[in-house]
Amino acid sequence: MKTLNLTCIGCPLGCQLTVEMDGKEVVGVSGNTCKNGEKYAHKELTNPTRIVTSTVRVTGGTLPVVSVKTASDIPKGKINQCVTELKEVQIPAPVIIGQTIIADVAHTGISVIATKNIPKK
Amino acid sequence: MKPYDLVIIGGGPAGLAAAVSARNAGIRDILILERDAELGGILNQCIHNGFGLHTFKEELTGPEYASRFIAQVQELGIDYKLNTMVLDLAKDKTVTAMNRTDGLFQLHPKAVILAMGCRERPRGALNIPGTRPAGIYTAGTAQRLVNMEGLLPGRKVVILGSGDIGLIMARRMTLEGAEVKVVAELMPYSGGLKRNIVQCLDDFGIPLKLSHTVIDIQGKDRVEGITLARVEQGKPVPGTEEFYECDTLLLSCGLIPENELSRGAGVNLNPVTKGPTVNESLETSIPGVFAAGNVLHVHDLVDYVSEEAAAAGVHAADFILKGGESPAQALAIHCQGGVRYSVPVSVRPDCLTADDSVTIRFRVDNIYKNQRIAVYAGENRIFSKKRNVLAPGEMETIHLKAASILENRDAAGLILKLEDA
Repeated sequence: MKTLNLTCIGCPLGCQLTVEMDGKEVVGVSGNTCKNGEKYAHKELTNPTRIVTSTVRVTGGTLPVVSVKTASDIPKGKINQCVTELKEVQIPAPVIIGQTIIADVAHTGISVIATKNIPKK
Repeated sequence: MKPYDLVIIGGGPAGLAAAVSARNAGIRDILILERDAELGGILNQCIHNGFGLHTFKEELTGPEYASRFIAQVQELGIDYKLNTMVLDLAKDKTVTAMNRTDGLFQLHPKAVILAMGCRERPRGALNIPGTRPAGIYTAGTAQRLVNMEGLLPGRKVVILGSGDIGLIMARRMTLEGAEVKVVAELMPYSGGLKRNIVQCLDDFGIPLKLSHTVIDIQGKDRVEGITLARVEQGKPVPGTEEFYECDTLLLSCGLIPENELSRGAGVNLNPVTKGPTVNESLETSIPGVFAAGNVLHVHDLVDYVSEEAAAAGVHAADFILKGGESPAQALAIHCQGGVRYSVPVSVRPDCLTADDSVTIRFRVDNIYKNQRIAVYAGENRIFSKKRNVLAPGEMETIHLKAASILENRDAAGLILKLEDA
């Protein structure tokens, strides 16, 4: 048995949750004032995910970088690998919003797409 | 230059939404003036996600959110001028502006919408002692350098202020390879969203020190370190000083509506919001000059900026189409019991029809639990809504039924306040 502390992000109340874990399983949540707190604790401690946003280098564009995001959320533990892979990428202008930048980032099966148009200079 | 009925100053989220709604309300000749090289305003540098949940029912990044509105402006054939600086707005609504292709020019529109947004509070406004080396940036400047210009402003970073931009930049600088040592916040609570504290600080193990501030900056040419101290009753506590070696200090210490043009025109400003005082039609003290978005009061969510600006667009269109006759009688909205300000500050019953609703946005001055938001017209309570939590960092919105105001049109004014529920 292990006890963890967590801040719920469901609303501005920001309840301080105390979560009891048995190995990888959540066995008890306290400190929450509504059901969302319990749901959040389960998701956050069993399978935390995030949408990652960053930039990649562009050549010959009106700006030297283009903003990008993962097309859906990826496991929290893969954030660093995702960002490292993005640092290696350089794409030529024009870049179109929604364009695939990396097809499968950090072996997640999820793509990274452009979030902004960068016309040619 | 072609004559325009409506000139919108600023091509960010407020200006874009105002233009679209004014066009849809029947105004043909609209011009947006934008000083940057592209439309979209500050959204272009806000590359993180979380925008548009209310407007589009999906989670977009800033540039994606902007592109939806830019596409509408272009489809509707609304004119805009980029790289154009507005130099002056006169009381008679003459707009003086300049750019490299047109030179200096003047416009005489029937109505103007102020949509200039806001600016960050810089070091000079914070009274931080110490030397004046390079390496001190507002969080938004750093955000632009990293996200649009591809530059990293520093490698060892301390952030003062826990507003949302500061929190977002703590994560962004970390992902770009910088080491963010600490975020210090003067107040005993953070001004940022809980979600940002968890996902931008906790995810990366960045400490947040509440009730702490920077009391010294070291370094001659470049920042070499800063000293933090705990603050009690507004004063640093001797003996609590801690030195942090760093080459960069980011400031995220509040936003101020950018109203130099409004002030020049003689528009009345609210000392609390630092934005224009407006009536229910979002019209300033100068008839035919409207305001929306962060130039009016600083918002937390762009969705509400778009909503407010769309309303300003409709009211400006109305003003142009009907001619600008303004009924004299107005009910002032008085803020009491924990309410810091309201937008609008007054309501004119003659401008309402019974099935309208009047949107009032406001902020509270502290964290409150188990309260009721109440509006009184004289003795009559015309609105009441229970709220479990209210915080200064979260803007509140209520919708009053116009009928309830019309029934009480002879009241001395409206009172907006919090009561124990």
